[in-house]
Amino acid sequence: MKFESMIHFLANPARFMRIGTRLLPWCWALAALCTGTGLWFAFVVSPPDYQQGESVRIMYIHVPSAWLALAIYSLIAAVSAMALVWKHPLGFLIGRAAAPLGAGFTVICLVTGALWGQSSWGTWWVWDARLTSVLILFFLYLGYMALGNAFDDLERGNRASALLAIIGFVNIPIIKFSVDWWSTLHQPASVLLTGEPAIHPSMLTPLALMVVGLMAYFSALLILRVRAEIAGRKVQTLMMAGAMGSAGNS
Amino acid sequence: MRAFFALLGFEIRLSFRRGADAMIVVGFFVLTVVLFPFGVGNDTVLLARIAPGLVWVTALLAAMLALDRLFLTDFEDGSLDQLLLSEIPLELAVLAKAAAHWITTGLPLILAAPVLALILNMNGAGFFHLALSLALGTPTLTLIGTIGAALTLDTRRGGVLISLLVLPLYIPVLIFGAAVVTAAIDGIDASTRIMALGGFLLAALALAPLATATALRQAAR
Repeated sequence: MKFESMIHFLANPARFMRIGTRLLPWCWALAALCTGTGLWFAFVVSPPDYQQGESVRIMYIHVPSAWLALAIYSLIAAVSAMALVWKHPLGFLIGRAAAPLGAGFTVICLVTGALWGQSSWGTWWVWDARLTSVLILFFLYLGYMALGNAFDDLERGNRASALLAIIGFVNIPIIKFSVDWWSTLHQPASVLLTGEPAIHPSMLTPLALMVVGLMAYFSALLILRVRAEIAGRKVQTLMMAGAMGSAGNS
Repeated sequence: MRAFFALLGFEIRLSFRRGADAMIVVGFFVLTVVLFPFGVGNDTVLLARIAPGLVWVTALLAAMLALDRLFLTDFEDGSLDQLLLSEIPLELAVLAKAAAHWITTGLPLILAAPVLALILNMNGAGFFHLALSLALGTPTLTLIGTIGAALTLDTRRGGVLISLLVLPLYIPVLIFGAAVVTAAIDGIDASTRIMALGGFLLAALALAPLATATALRQAAR
């Protein structure tokens, strides 16, 4: 079972931090490069839409944020399952670190979507399947963060929020397929995993660049946040040991 | 199996003695529905149009009210640990508690709903479907609520947190529940939506006890 042994190999927090710290400058470089060229392509090179004009350029921020919001939640659900099943504490750390980032991307997706909707549909918000399920995704992120912090015992919070993340994963296929199941205002998918994408390369290129750039940005932030979580745990342990040591001495 | 029924009977008797729960739930239901005509004006046409969704949303909120006490007393006095140690599978025990909870809080909601629909001047064609959709929907809401109640068992602000956790999962039930009633009022065939509600109930019956039992084992550790 090579995949499982790879997970076990990477799940050592110290090893994850060593690999992460080495990858960090590359992540920042990739993020800067891809996001920079992606924005250049998006705002300067790519053509305006024949119907929507220049406002179509919101798509280059809206769509990558949406993909990232979904991908991050899937990541949190996966590492939560890994943490609950194999008892890897790294799973809880990655979940805690990634959740605010995922919630942030969801907010960006919703806000840019509202701006785009106002300019092209004439309405800030509509209760169609995809918008509603992305809003539910945002509440799932908030619930995950709230539950994780609601317990005095950190481990209990970790396990409860991990369970919540797994239960909430049922929302992800609903978001993905909502535009296929119900024909509503939000447009269906144009970039598919199989077959040719239905959009022109001049629009596909900045989209791809922005996705890669934002993913690298997320990875860099994730590594920093996991490092901060581990450091925070160490500080807490040292403080408790110091308190118990001084209590023993006095 | 005998143990399941014994536990079920015990829980029901216990809930009846703590009758305050049912009164709080129904009281909240009635009061909140009554507030709406004061808020949106007493235009009967408008009230009749929003009645299905309004009654459903308020029933949903009322069903959420008593959730945080579902496992709390057992957790605090140690009966939860006894349940974990007993030979009844924890999932069955969860089902028994959910059934007792529904009988004391869900059933009064189903009985009160048509009366409230009446004062909102809802179209008469929707009354039976309102009761039917609530009869299928409130057990689902209770079962999903047990997951939230178990996850937040020893937190400090359990009640508010339960709402945040449980509402995203409630929304599909709400959508189809209200849709059944509006379909009946509009005269179109509601059977697909009723079947969808039934599907949610079956899925909740199968999956919610598993999730709740896992959460309870985490809480008891």
